[in-house]
Amino acid sequence: MSTCQPVHHPAHRRFLRSCRRFALSLLLFPLLFPLSAGPAQAERVLTVMSHDSFNISRSVLATFEQEHQVTVRFLKSGDAGAALVQAILARERPLADLFYGVDNTFLSRALNADIFAPHTSPLLATFPPGLRHPDDDRLLPVSYGDVCLNYDREWFRRHNLKPPQDLADLLKPEYRGLTVVQNPATSSPGLAFLLATIGRFGEEGYLEFWRQLRANEVRVATGWKDAYYGHFTAASKGDRPIVVSYASSPPAVVYFASSPMAEAPTAAVVTDHNAFRQIEYVGILKGAKEPELAGKLIDFMLSPAFQEDIPLQMFVFPANPSARLPEVFQRHAVVAERPAQVTPAAIEANREGWIEAWTSAVLR
Amino acid sequence: MNGRELSIRRLLFAIPLAFLALFYLYPLTRIALQSLFPAGSWNPGQLSALTDSPVYLRILWFTIWQAALSTLLTLLFALPGALVFARYRFAGKGLFLALMTVPFVLPTVVTATAFRALLGPSGILNEGLMALFSLEQPPIRIEQSLIFFLLAHIFYNYSLVLRLVSSYWAGLNPSLTAAAQLLGASPWQTFRRVTLPLLLPAITAAALLVFIFCFTSFGIILILGGPGYATIEVEIYRQAVQLYNLPMAAALSLVQIGVNFFLMWLHARLGKNNRLGFFSDSRHDVTKEPHGVAARLLVAGNLLFLSLLLLSPLLALVLRSLRGDTGLTLAYYRALGHFDQESIFFVAPLTAVWNSLGFAMVAMVLAVLLGLAAATALAGERGRATSFWDALLMLPLATSAVTLGFGYIISLNRPPVDLRDSLALVPIAHTLVAFPFVLRCILPSLRQIPATLREAATLLGASPFMVWRRVDFPMSRRAILVGAVFAFSISMGEFGASAFVTRPHTATMPVAIFRFLSQPGEMNYGQAMAMSTILMLVTCAAFWLLGRFSTTPTPPNHPPT
Repeated sequence: MSTCQPVHHPAHRRFLRSCRRFALSLLLFPLLFPLSAGPAQAERVLTVMSHDSFNISRSVLATFEQEHQVTVRFLKSGDAGAALVQAILARERPLADLFYGVDNTFLSRALNADIFAPHTSPLLATFPPGLRHPDDDRLLPVSYGDVCLNYDREWFRRHNLKPPQDLADLLKPEYRGLTVVQNPATSSPGLAFLLATIGRFGEEGYLEFWRQLRANEVRVATGWKDAYYGHFTAASKGDRPIVVSYASSPPAVVYFASSPMAEAPTAAVVTDHNAFRQIEYVGILKGAKEPELAGKLIDFMLSPAFQEDIPLQMFVFPANPSARLPEVFQRHAVVAERPAQVTPAAIEANREGWIEAWTSAVLR
Repeated sequence: MNGRELSIRRLLFAIPLAFLALFYLYPLTRIALQSLFPAGSWNPGQLSALTDSPVYLRILWFTIWQAALSTLLTLLFALPGALVFARYRFAGKGLFLALMTVPFVLPTVVTATAFRALLGPSGILNEGLMALFSLEQPPIRIEQSLIFFLLAHIFYNYSLVLRLVSSYWAGLNPSLTAAAQLLGASPWQTFRRVTLPLLLPAITAAALLVFIFCFTSFGIILILGGPGYATIEVEIYRQAVQLYNLPMAAALSLVQIGVNFFLMWLHARLGKNNRLGFFSDSRHDVTKEPHGVAARLLVAGNLLFLSLLLLSPLLALVLRSLRGDTGLTLAYYRALGHFDQESIFFVAPLTAVWNSLGFAMVAMVLAVLLGLAAATALAGERGRATSFWDALLMLPLATSAVTLGFGYIISLNRPPVDLRDSLALVPIAHTLVAFPFVLRCILPSLRQIPATLREAATLLGASPFMVWRRVDFPMSRRAILVGAVFAFSISMGEFGASAFVTRPHTATMPVAIFRFLSQPGEMNYGQAMAMSTILMLVTCAAFWLLGRFSTTPTPPNHPPT
């Protein structure tokens, strides 16, 4: 204890003073901070709960807000699955008026939980029957995206190899070690792709396909970000020229390029029964504070104004067939004519079993 | 201890306990009860898989051994570093300290990118080796392997061990080792018999934090280890979100909490009586220039290791953010300000920086205040229950983020605490994870202060607050700083805790990075790298500033440095 110094030395006092000043400014900071972060209050507020990928243009939203004298707030709640579970858990005191982002792989779970109120929209009649739920008016389709194989055009050109045209191509010996997919247990495109293989090869055949794909050195990534940006050759420096992504990914690559492109560097494989169509729905939550306005917002979401905003904000296709596609979509996007079919009811009944069987066949 | 002091301690302890009760215990209990007893009925059949299937046991076993191995490796690499930082003075020390804490704030996807840029199949190292030895295939293949995620665990936790242990080390009385050496002990003997036993409280505290961290590891293992490896945390997410099997998710959460609670209780029990009291008030700068070949080699070797492990991946990221298709470019940085302004979720880069700093400040202040209150209260207690309370306060760190996020939805849902859609929930979630950190950092150093010193101050008429200000605070200052640094980084990195909480769009830097990475395209990737670089720079600057505030005042008889 010989190193003990007297406590009231001037240098020490100076130090304590500076400490106090620092501590004071730290304490003041949080008090000031909320002022800068607080939202402006309008008379009426409409709250939309969604997954983290939801997006919309400022100007498009403003037209709705002005027309109805309302402020629209957005609550983000994690990925599509987590957001839906939270909406279900909150059913007694709903967090929002609307929920956007139930997709057809979770459709039955959402309907069975009985958290949505019915709504009829006049526009819906013009939508393609494949997108509409045949006898339920609680969830309305807003957008769709085809989950399918994407490949790196340049890589296949350089290696003098024919690009894949069919899921079965992936099993060929010359495709060994070329493919990266997502884990259906942790990723929604991963699950959609598993469903594509079930639709394509049937419940009897899909596991055999996956066993052979495993033997052909498929790589399984955790989620879309990791697969695309971590392993795909056309994005960053990956080593796999085939990735599971969306049919609308190639136009996104063109749109988000640093210099104009004549041809998309990636291409999507949408040949018959090789893609799974993910449809996203919106619905009014039971117990909504503003059910009438919520209905208005849904009508707006189905109208061309919102629908034409979808492609460049969320990079999926508008469900409304009269919506005009932006040029980059017209030139570079493709749509699956005949996607693989699996019904929502079959998905809900078998999801756990299919994922378990897949996990045993591919990972264990 | 007199009655007044006791009641003050109890009162102090009530603050963190109330916070914990409201934002942790209550939501957790609610979600566990609702999941396990839906509609008031108990159906143990649905959990039979837990005991019948070997899968869960395998997952539990894997979770435990990978966490233990990660902890051991981190200690092995970081302890020599702690020696260097505690004992030697060298150029750029403050900068090194600030830089090595940066990994802590990086989102997992970005860390994965950094490691792949270095060690991946087309990373710098592999390309170099392939060119050098004209190889056909990349020689280093650690993609989706055990080694890859162990490396990442070391990368994340290295600075935690180094900072915690070296700050404590610097506070040890140097006259003790000097006495040992005077009595003829070799440096090794001195280390083994004197320094190591004295350091044990700090080492075990750091080890415990690293262990819990790796135990609940989610993204790192999933991305770098690949889907073949699954921890309990991953399985909880899978059960809750993908399979909507809430009873199973709740049961697994309880298993996870139980295992960690037992470890933390054990740690608290062992550490409780560890008050050695060989302190120095350490206002003297005890560091010295490295003299002699051995000391210089030690310092140089550690700095080299540090640069290789921690700085080269960060540098690789910076390079990625500056390299376009046609060479060096600032295009990605410029794009941050205007590229997709039309989106309602567009965030101007300055706003993102400001918001991140704001949340981090709030979380840091809250976590330090709560941690300080809890540590002060616990340091004075010796009763049987102390270990229990100590372990209880650590629990938020060991709890699955999904479970807690779902708990908030069903519990904080009516006035006066309807916080479910409030922006306040974000810093609260960060604080919840950060304050156990602060507690673990401060507690060993408070326990190091001998009771006689406080008693002497009290006898001389100092009020309890005066005793705290004049005795406890100056002596644990260093530890408080370390706690603050990590509380700050936890919030800056937008840690898991808030990923599953329903919240308004928060517009922080990590949120912006995730938004860029959710769509394909070169500009998205480039902007994500640019934003990651800004996140690193801002964090580094903040740590450096924090470090400035804590520099020891120059003792009077030394010339100013």
